[in-house]
Amino acid sequence: MFYRDRVRDYIVENFLFGEGNGFKDGDSLREKGIIDSTGVLELIAFLEKEFEMRIEDEEIIPDNLDSVEYICEFLQRKRLGVQDRKVQFAID
Amino acid sequence: MREIFMPPKDHTNFDAEKTVADLSAWIRKQMHSVLKKRGAVVGISGGIDSSVVAALCARALEPKWVCGLALPERDSSPESLQLAENLAKQLEIDFDVEDISAGLEGMGAYRRRDEAVKRIFPHYHPGDAFKITLQSNPLHGDWLNVFRITMVDDAGREHSERLKLEDYLQIVAASNMKQRLRMTMLYYHAELRNYAVVGTGNKNEHGLGFFVKHGDGGADIKPINHLFKTQVYQLAEALDVPRSIIDRPPTTDTYPGEVTQEEFFFRLPFATMDAIWQEAEQGTAIEKISASLSLEPGTVRRVFDDLRQKQRATEYLRLPPLEFG
Repeated sequence: MFYRDRVRDYIVENFLFGEGNGFKDGDSLREKGIIDSTGVLELIAFLEKEFEMRIEDEEIIPDNLDSVEYICEFLQRKRLGVQDRKVQFAID
Repeated sequence: MREIFMPPKDHTNFDAEKTVADLSAWIRKQMHSVLKKRGAVVGISGGIDSSVVAALCARALEPKWVCGLALPERDSSPESLQLAENLAKQLEIDFDVEDISAGLEGMGAYRRRDEAVKRIFPHYHPGDAFKITLQSNPLHGDWLNVFRITMVDDAGREHSERLKLEDYLQIVAASNMKQRLRMTMLYYHAELRNYAVVGTGNKNEHGLGFFVKHGDGGADIKPINHLFKTQVYQLAEALDVPRSIIDRPPTTDTYPGEVTQEEFFFRLPFATMDAIWQEAEQGTAIEKISASLSLEPGTVRRVFDDLRQKQRATEYLRLPPLEFG
């Protein structure tokens, strides 16, 4: 919830202009046309500042950043210092 | 070099000779009946698209009614100007050169751009070569589209950084002044002669948003807006565009460092992109496309997605100003 609310609020506020009704945590940000290449840069800037981390180039992939759910999982893995998604689920 | 741009023969029934004839007739009709202009001004860059458009206009209107205008600035390759001049000579059209560097200087285009570059590379000096490229490549993996900047220092070493939002926006906004000033100068020359401005964008650029709104997108008539880059190459052959232009890889000619259009934005060889795009428009199944192009279905899917996302993200560029009611 710590990540989820802050990430979701940011996306709703900045990319959906406050209109978050119907927006699901599993929705693809690209498929739904919510972010473009400029939006990706905005999102990265937000995550790096808000959660005081550096997102590496190889981490800028849909599996990490394409939905609220993916972003939260990614942030959690980053916090735990785990790269592989399967390892994270084992820890969970 | 050239063959990498050509589409596989079985992916298109494109008839270049017929298209040249049809487009020439169409240009003549639009110019005379709709725009009521006897002549055309074409910005010629030494690239394939503008060369084809200039050649089409020369056929449609007679060479004496066509003005090819080269619009170099301080970051343009000198080779581009030479190629443009050679083309104009071959086509026997009027040729004029307007160096827009002073205008861009006056607008602060270089200063504003360099200010952002210096924030990224504090040791950057105006005049150092740098280029902007997209990081993703749908042929090699599923990445999100983010831009990188690469600078070459005095010792020839490359330094590369992912662009931060504010730096990216400032570099793009300042650099887009180049295309918008070119448009202003094209209209000056058109109005001076009572001609129309003919645009040189192709389908790849238009459909994916690789143009500047009210910049190179600003024109009275756009004869090759519906044609894939690979089809433009076929027109170039049919129109006898100089081999030196046909064989030259398409560049942006916008940044001080040499960067091809493929590196900067498209991220795919034109032959692959056009073949997949054409098949997608015809509703061909991904499995069938992947078999005919010898690509993995997942790769074709990523190319589909990349094209769709670029189209969607740039939709506003293609819209006319919205009006109430």
